[in-house]
This record gives sequence, C-alpha cells and structure tokens, in this order.
Amino acid sequence: MVDITTKIASIKLRNPTILASGIMDEDAGSMKRIFDCGASAVVTKSIGLKSREGYLNPTFAELEHGILNAMGLPNPGINEFEEEVKKMKDSNVPIIGSIFGSDSDEFIELSKKMQKYGIDAQELNMSCPHAKGYGLEIGSDPALVSEITSRVKESIDKPVFVKLSSNLTDIVEIAKAAEDGNADGIVAINSVKAMKIDLELKMPVLSNKTGGYSGMAIKPIGIRCVYEIAKNVDIPIIGVGGVTTGEDALEYIMAGASAVQIGSGIYYRGVDIFKKICREMECWMENHNYKRLSELIGAAHK
Amino acid sequence: MNSLQISKITETKTENKNVKTFMFKYPKKIIPGQFFMIWIPGVDEIPMSVSYIDKDVKGITFRKVGEATNALFDFIKGDKIGIRGPYGNGFKIYGKRILFVGGGTGVAMLAPAVERAENNNISSTIIIGVKNSNELFFEERFKKCGAEIHISTDDGSKGYKGFATDLADELISQEKFTSVLTCGPEIMMKNLLDLCNNISFQASLERYMKCGVGVCSQCCIGEGLRVCVEGPVFDGKTLKNIEDFGVYKRDASGRKIRF
Repeated sequence: MVDITTKIASIKLRNPTILASGIMDEDAGSMKRIFDCGASAVVTKSIGLKSREGYLNPTFAELEHGILNAMGLPNPGINEFEEEVKKMKDSNVPIIGSIFGSDSDEFIELSKKMQKYGIDAQELNMSCPHAKGYGLEIGSDPALVSEITSRVKESIDKPVFVKLSSNLTDIVEIAKAAEDGNADGIVAINSVKAMKIDLELKMPVLSNKTGGYSGMAIKPIGIRCVYEIAKNVDIPIIGVGGVTTGEDALEYIMAGASAVQIGSGIYYRGVDIFKKICREMECWMENHNYKRLSELIGAAHK
Repeated sequence: MNSLQISKITETKTENKNVKTFMFKYPKKIIPGQFFMIWIPGVDEIPMSVSYIDKDVKGITFRKVGEATNALFDFIKGDKIGIRGPYGNGFKIYGKRILFVGGGTGVAMLAPAVERAENNNISSTIIIGVKNSNELFFEERFKKCGAEIHISTDDGSKGYKGFATDLADELISQEKFTSVLTCGPEIMMKNLLDLCNNISFQASLERYMKCGVGVCSQCCIGEGLRVCVEGPVFDGKTLKNIEDFGVYKRDASGRKIRF
C-alpha cells in the first residue's frame, strides 16, 4: 500500500484530489456527492456579497480539446449560501470557501462570514478571466493581491489560499505578492482566457464573447505555472488545470504541487474521476517503488 | 463530445396560438425523453425536449413563455438555430400497458414516447391535461398512432373538467397499468407519484440549465443528481428521496425558488 495522504497548511487530506471551484458546488448535495466520489475536500462556487445571475446562455461550449465557459460568477450571495455550508458541516467534508470581491473590504466581509458558517479554509478568487471588476482584474495587480491577502489573513484564523490566473506576464510576481500577504497556499491556475467563433453564424458562441478555457488542453500551461511558482515561493501549491488522469496529477505533484484540484475532468471521466485518479496514482507509485506521495512533491526540481 | 451544430429550420408548424413546432436536420440517434440545448443566436440558449424523432430529421415543440421562446416563436423556415445534444437519459419504455400523463407543453416530449410504445405493441393511454381547449395540440397525432386519448381541462371546455391527476386517479382505479410516464408541472407530477403506489413511475423534470453536460451543477437536485445527466427522466423510487421534487427549483444565481 502506498500513502497518498497530503497536507496543505494545517489541513490534512485523505488524498490529493480536491474539487475545483465552479464545478458541482452550487449546493451542499452536489458537494457531498463529489466527496462520496473520492475527493478529499471541496471548494465552493465563488461567492460574492450579493446574488448574481451571471451571464445569459450560451455560457458553455464543448470544444475539441477542452471546454470553454463564461458563467459570469453566478451565485446566490453570501447570506443565502450559509445554508449550504452548514449542511456540509454536518457531514464532515473538508470545505474550502471560494469568494470574490472588488476590494479588500468585500473580501474581508465575505471571509468572516464564511468562517462563521464553518469553512475549513478560504480560497480567494483573484483569477476569474471573465467578470468585470473582479477576479483577474484584481489578481493582476501585485500590490492589491498582497493587501487583500494580508487583510483577510488578519481577519480570520483559517488558512487562506490565493487562486491565480495564467493570464499574467509574470505569475511568479503575483504568487510572491500573495506570499508577502501571508497566504497559506497558492492555487494555480484558473481557466485561460479564450474565445470560440461559430463559422456559420460568424459570431462568438458565448454570450459574453470571451470565456475561460479549461480541460486537457490547458494542462501544460498549468504545469509551467506551478513549476515556476514552486521555484520562487515557499508556501504550498495546489495545482489545477486539465487534471484528467493519475499521471496528470503526478505531473503537477512533481512540478511542486502538494495537491490538485479537478473540475473539467468530471466532463471527461464522470463524477467518480476522483477515485479513478487516486487509484491510478497509487498504481503508478507502486510500479515505481514509491511509498509516500510526499517523496514526489517537487521531484522535477533538480 | 457533442459539438454545436448550426441547423436551418426546414419546416415550421403552428400547433395553437402559443405553441409551434420546428423541424431540422439532425441525424443523431435519440431516445424519447432526451433533450437538446437550443441556441437562439443573440438571445439565449435553453434546454428543449425532442418532440419528433425521425432518422435524419428531429423536431422541437415549444410554447411562448419567456424571452427566449418569444424570440424563437418569430423564427421562420430557413432561419438558423444552434443545436447540441442529445443530452440526458430518456424514458424506459416497457410493460404491458402504459399511462402517459402530459400537463401543458409537457405533452410535446411525451409524444415520441407514446409512438415508441405503440410501435412496440405496448398499449398506451394518454391524458392530455390543459387549462382550456385552446391550449390543446397533438390530439390528431396521438389518434394516428393508436393511443387511447383522454382530455382534461381545468375549465371543462373539453373532456373531463378538472385536473389531469384527478382523471389519472379515476383511470388507475379502473384499469391495470404497468407504468405511468409523465411530464408537466412539477406539482402535478408529485401528486401523480403519490397515486402510483404499486405502479412503476417515471417523470421528466425541468430545471434552469447552463452546461447541459453535468459540470456546472446549476440543475442539481437532491444529493447532487444532475437533471442534465442522471435526468431529465427520473424513476419514482429516486424522486421519493429528493427533497426538491415538487417543492423548489433554483434560479440562475442558485437561489431556491419555491413552486
């Protein structure tokens, strides 16, 4: 038997597969189902202060090598979301609350509420590629990233992770800014800004025109980002982007991630992808005589 | 993968004042009960059940109810719409005698299931439940395929005066049905489920949808059941354990809206 347990800040995880934000996480029932399908923790949908309907459909497109979405941060608002987090607490599922705001005051108000509702860690969405005034528009300014992270850290006791975008000239600069703000971990990457145009109609398919690209196609981008961040910061990294198999997860681990998040993988392999990936990781490790996952974290950095 | 396909509307049919059918070329295999995501360019994309299933040609039948269907209503032959799918599961059509109960526009998606049952020599009875006789459609179609037809109207303008569920209750007490298949307002379907103690039951649910492929969780009910993947057709045993059924749905923001 190999040991694939892992740890991010103070959170011990039964395995390194976490449900990524925005996928199967609008309600407690969906998140519980994903936990039962093998995920070690779940990240909630990104929640803001007020309810948002998001963009009109089409918000989603299946493409040949990945999937494209521009949901537009739909969420019921933090107060309404209390019920879902509380329902989760009854079932002992480690829950990471994802939040988005337009300034540090909003992030603080949201994280205090999330902590009160009972989350185990906080993820700051500083990377959504398609919402005006939020996400990437915040997360491309190192001073703002550092300020928001440090102020949230001062406001709550739970570990704080910062989720970054690959749509930056220098992701390391932003990762360092999060570390300077005392973040407990970096989550990289969010979906990649992209577009699909339909030839027959000569128009972009998504109602928002641009969206975020995810799935298999973006894995090499995520691997590069995690590798570069791992070279330059000392806090743990959670790798996200195109993880579809156990080998993909191990690639992120070797790049320097301590865990991975999985979202679009559900589209390719179904909700039980978490169990499948864990089995594949164990199998690879057994075949290569590794006993513990920790032996492989950052193995590609020689 | 179900890539988006842009198709021209090849035929339109006005079923009644507010209901139209559009036909288009779409050669994929479809099980009665499955649905498409229909893109009305520049307006919206919405889930729609399939109402006509031919080898190469498929059809949708819809009522003017909101911005998207209002816009679609004005489309004419030759106009282009985007189609992806089919998605979800369909009805399992088996047994000796099936009672179909369609409420309002729910009748549209039951039609291919009734035809499939009749083709498989399963005797079929359908209740078409509408508010008044002006809302009726597909009556001729059901007659043609050989199904036994019952009509209920809330105002008694045609057939049985009252709810489709009350009429179903009467029929179930008179005849032995092996299963009940339904699509319509969720409260109607929930009441119907309560009548089906020893009869196998399947209902097609409607929820706001975004991705259609089981990732966004917009349409999830109960313990993470995706109406777009595990549904839209659920059996009675599953529905009995879903607290949402007949009680609430979620709007685009994820807020609960009670029926």
